[in-house]
Amino acid sequence: MKRTTHGLALALLLVLIGLAMFTWKVRAFGFPIMPDETSVLWSVQAQIVAEPGDAALKIEMQLPTRTPGFSLTDEHFISRGFGLAVDDDAWQRTAIWTLRRASNRQTLFYRAVFFQDDRPVELAPQPRFPSPPALEEPFQTALTEIVDEVRSESADVVSFAAQVLVQLNDEAPEDNMALFLEGPLGLDRARIAQLILSAARIPVVMINGVRLVEQNRDAAIETWLAVHDGTTWTAFDPTSGDRGLPDNFLVWHIGDTPLVLATGASIDELTISVRERSISALDLATERAEQAGSKVTELSLLALPLDLQAVYEILLLIPLGALIIAFLRNVIGLRSFGTFMPVLIALAFRETELLAGIVLFTVIVGAGLLFRFYLEKLRLLLVPRLSAVLIIVVILMAIVSVLSQRLGIEAGLSVALFPMVIVAMVIERMSIVWEEQSPADALLDGAGSLLIAAIAYLVMGVDLFGWWVLIFPELLLVLLGLTIALGRYTGYRLTELVRFRELAK
Amino acid sequence: MRTWFARPDALRKAGVLSLNRRNAECIMRLNDRSLYPLVDDKIRCKKVLEAQNMPVPGMIGQIAYSGQSNRFYSHLQGREQFVIKPANGSGGDGILVIVGQRGERYLSSGGRLWDRDDIAHYLTNVISGLYSLGGQPDTALLEELVEFDPVFDGIAFQGVPDIRLIVYRGVPVMSMVRLPTRASDGKANLHQGAIGAGICIATGQTIAAVISNHHVDEHVDTGSPLLGFNVPDWGQIVSMAAHCFEAVKLGYLGVDIVLDKNRGPLILELNARPGLNIQIANHAGLRQRLQQVDDSGAYEWAANERAEWAREHFSSNVYDPRP
Repeated sequence: MKRTTHGLALALLLVLIGLAMFTWKVRAFGFPIMPDETSVLWSVQAQIVAEPGDAALKIEMQLPTRTPGFSLTDEHFISRGFGLAVDDDAWQRTAIWTLRRASNRQTLFYRAVFFQDDRPVELAPQPRFPSPPALEEPFQTALTEIVDEVRSESADVVSFAAQVLVQLNDEAPEDNMALFLEGPLGLDRARIAQLILSAARIPVVMINGVRLVEQNRDAAIETWLAVHDGTTWTAFDPTSGDRGLPDNFLVWHIGDTPLVLATGASIDELTISVRERSISALDLATERAEQAGSKVTELSLLALPLDLQAVYEILLLIPLGALIIAFLRNVIGLRSFGTFMPVLIALAFRETELLAGIVLFTVIVGAGLLFRFYLEKLRLLLVPRLSAVLIIVVILMAIVSVLSQRLGIEAGLSVALFPMVIVAMVIERMSIVWEEQSPADALLDGAGSLLIAAIAYLVMGVDLFGWWVLIFPELLLVLLGLTIALGRYTGYRLTELVRFRELAK
Repeated sequence: MRTWFARPDALRKAGVLSLNRRNAECIMRLNDRSLYPLVDDKIRCKKVLEAQNMPVPGMIGQIAYSGQSNRFYSHLQGREQFVIKPANGSGGDGILVIVGQRGERYLSSGGRLWDRDDIAHYLTNVISGLYSLGGQPDTALLEELVEFDPVFDGIAFQGVPDIRLIVYRGVPVMSMVRLPTRASDGKANLHQGAIGAGICIATGQTIAAVISNHHVDEHVDTGSPLLGFNVPDWGQIVSMAAHCFEAVKLGYLGVDIVLDKNRGPLILELNARPGLNIQIANHAGLRQRLQQVDDSGAYEWAANERAEWAREHFSSNVYDPRP
């Protein structure tokens, strides 16, 4: 009992460690669970064309920093001749290009690549309550009246903001609102909303961003509002009052400072372009893991040369085959020649395909058995006899290959991949069982071996498993755990239910 | 109603010991691996048993090198009957029983004639490890043929019937006699088609019989009734089986005993991994009896007391396979 508990605890531990590592790799870096999975990347480019004046040139650009729904994987600054500094504030980064003297038009590029990432990101720091704006009359009175009216129609910060935006976007706005919309202040809706919300002492920020679409050579910066209700930010569309940021909206910068600020020059053009492209999910995950400074990629099998990876893709399936064998033998109760012979046969089946593999195996073993029975009459000693059987197996394989080449049967050629030593041992063991016990026993064990090999082949042939063990070798711990658990299985085998059926009460 | 499958809970209720449980909870728990060679090597086993004054079939000689195999007859000293066994054979594989001589040639129990070359080749195969566990080089054991007690004549077809007892922690818990048939070539091996007949530990009477997992009540070749047969010297047999534990200290042990016409019960060999067919032959499961031994503490007593305790506690009635 104690051993069972110990064994099962170890098995459970191994399974948990394996699954935990697996989950971590999937969740933290997005390692793809399915092969051929692709991820979408968006390349975003800002092009600034500046006409320099006489003085030194300084161009500041807000950089995407807090981008809910997306993460930055790569960025470049292309600015020949400029000095570049990036003000690396945790909430808002700023690029600062400087040039002492410029004679002609200067073009600057900022390129960044983003991928989808659903981990939550806080947009902006916890704000302070804004002080109410002081406006000239009649604006101040209008503002107070609007705030009072909206307050009476709303329950909390979020509904207040929603109500402000509804009124702002009314087709026939009320007089107070119309004063702001049509009056001499010349503010857009976002700024009016900001004004009203500030007057109600509600923290509000402007969210500036672009929509990530398939391709857009001239993407517009759109402005959303976000209010803070004491715990989180809630975003609003200032033109409709709809809650939430739109899909595929990349937040570029927050606040009402302009995206690009130039001193000593004038900005002639500011073009933002967006382009979507696909990349293998695995490449992206690897890149992310590298960026995070994780050893996962360095210690991964993917760091091996490609040809070696191909070898491991097959080798790592052997544990799976071993688990299947343990299950088929200890739970089902199938019999076979040699413990792991069926796994090796199953590996050979990968090259020959199942049906051709079974036919070839049967032909070689059958013909080999005939020779083996003949050798029995010669009374050879054990090792020379085994060697003779091995040589005969190799000759048979060569004959099958040549014959199938002549007959144009392609499957026959791959017979060369059969594990010949294993086949020779099967012939030897089978002939002994044949003579010592009975032909029926020998054929039964032979058929059992083929059946196990076929099942192992079918399971190991699932591409998904090959992918999993290569990308997530930690899953081998899960296999080990399951095998250990199987090692403490003391129940009946399926075949025993038949064998002992007469004892059933 | 006969079905092809038994439900697991029905087998559990009947106390059937499964192969996995036998391996995990009997063999791995009670049989120290270092003691295996003591029983796996028939020559060592014979010596250990002889040291405990247990009766065993006499050893004629042993042949350990291929070069000696064509000189095997020098050991025979005129004997016409003998048995060749691989010292490390398993499951009765590789045993050759010579029952007589016809001129220069030897007659095996299966009725085949062997000349000296045939036997020398056979010995070479044995020595090169053909029948040994894992194909290791082996030694061939030449043993006196047991002159078996004619008591079994009616219910055995040629060959030597042997009595198998399962001895759990020194207590004989279940027993059967294995009766050769024509199909088994005179060998007492259930896998090769011999009949297994369960024996009541208390009385020594056969209570049920199976051939390849099917119940029978008469011998397939002779037609003699198999049930209700009384094995002679039963008390002595149970006691000998219990004593074997003192010799090899294996907690889950198969003891094979044959009845010699002149010498009485002899211990033929011991087995560290006895099979589970004995349950079918007895039409009873082993688990309850093993539990009884564990609970009673009988395993701590002397061999004779253990045998006595077993005969008091393990009795069974004749099982009639016909509904």
